[in-house]
Amino acid sequence: MRRILYVLPVVVFTVLALFFLKGLTLNPRDIPSVLIDRPVPEMSLAPLPGRGEGSGLATKDLKGRVSLVNIFGSWCISCVQEHPTLMEIKRRGDAPIHGIDWRDDPVAGAAWLKKSGDPYERVGIDPPPGRTAVDFGVTGAPESFIVDKAGVIRYKHVGPISPEIWSKTLLPIIRQLEKAP
Amino acid sequence: MRRLPVLLLLLGLAAPALAVNPDEMLKDPAQEHRARELGKDLRCLVCQNQSIDDSDADLAKDLRVIVRERISAGDSDDQVRKFVVDRYGDYVLLKPPFRAGTLALWLGPLALFAGALWAVLAFYRRRPAEQAAPPPPPLSAEERRRLDTLLKESER
Repeated sequence: MRRILYVLPVVVFTVLALFFLKGLTLNPRDIPSVLIDRPVPEMSLAPLPGRGEGSGLATKDLKGRVSLVNIFGSWCISCVQEHPTLMEIKRRGDAPIHGIDWRDDPVAGAAWLKKSGDPYERVGIDPPPGRTAVDFGVTGAPESFIVDKAGVIRYKHVGPISPEIWSKTLLPIIRQLEKAP
Repeated sequence: MRRLPVLLLLLGLAAPALAVNPDEMLKDPAQEHRARELGKDLRCLVCQNQSIDDSDADLAKDLRVIVRERISAGDSDDQVRKFVVDRYGDYVLLKPPFRAGTLALWLGPLALFAGALWAVLAFYRRRPAEQAAPPPPPLSAEERRRLDTLLKESER
């Protein structure tokens, strides 16, 4: 009995230390999304100027094919970092990417895509207060959602997509979902 | 020295800045009050340890506006809270709900306290028994004589 009392503090300390050590390696931005396995929120977003009539993004556009929905903005610095990867995905034809231009000046958003390249099939504008982004549970830009053929959100990635994240994490999920009827 | 009153006045201006902008506020004071109270319990997803009521982040502003829209649309406080939790999960609540998944969170401190209390009680209950030494042997004649001299000396 006495021996237990001596060992107990060490055990408690070790367990706590292991928890905290694990906590140090976690990213506090990775908040589990509650939208996984839920249908894409109802939306009907206007197109960016100069991208043509009917190039906006609506809920029905996300049915039929597995696609990536990317939250971006011309003001968003990490989006610049992610941009070459999105262009490469488009070049290889891995999967269709749709954009939501979040809290942005539409003219600035269009100009940015014109200048640095446009990886998107459809782009919808979500002006402040960003109702659609809130419906998606967006906490910042960039954020990307994998939407399956039925228009159901299946995966959420927070932060810029690197070529490695794309090939090792996102693309395998997309390929898997594409196999489903 | 003449500057002191001015400085004190300036200090008065340094009251805690409110993140809620006047243009966001609802006209009905009762509804605005509800929105403020709700906002205090909702986490700003950008700053994470501030409420949306405190935070200057754009997303917090958006959520303040949306909370006010819901209130204007006639939602009850619980409906507004559910609206936000449906999108951001329980994480958005600064006060996590009491349910199976959060039992350890709510009861953990209580359990630790109970454990500590038990340990302290056990420690004190055991100590007298362990430390009670046998009564000291009576003084010898020599010791009594020395004690008497010492006592007499201290009386003087």
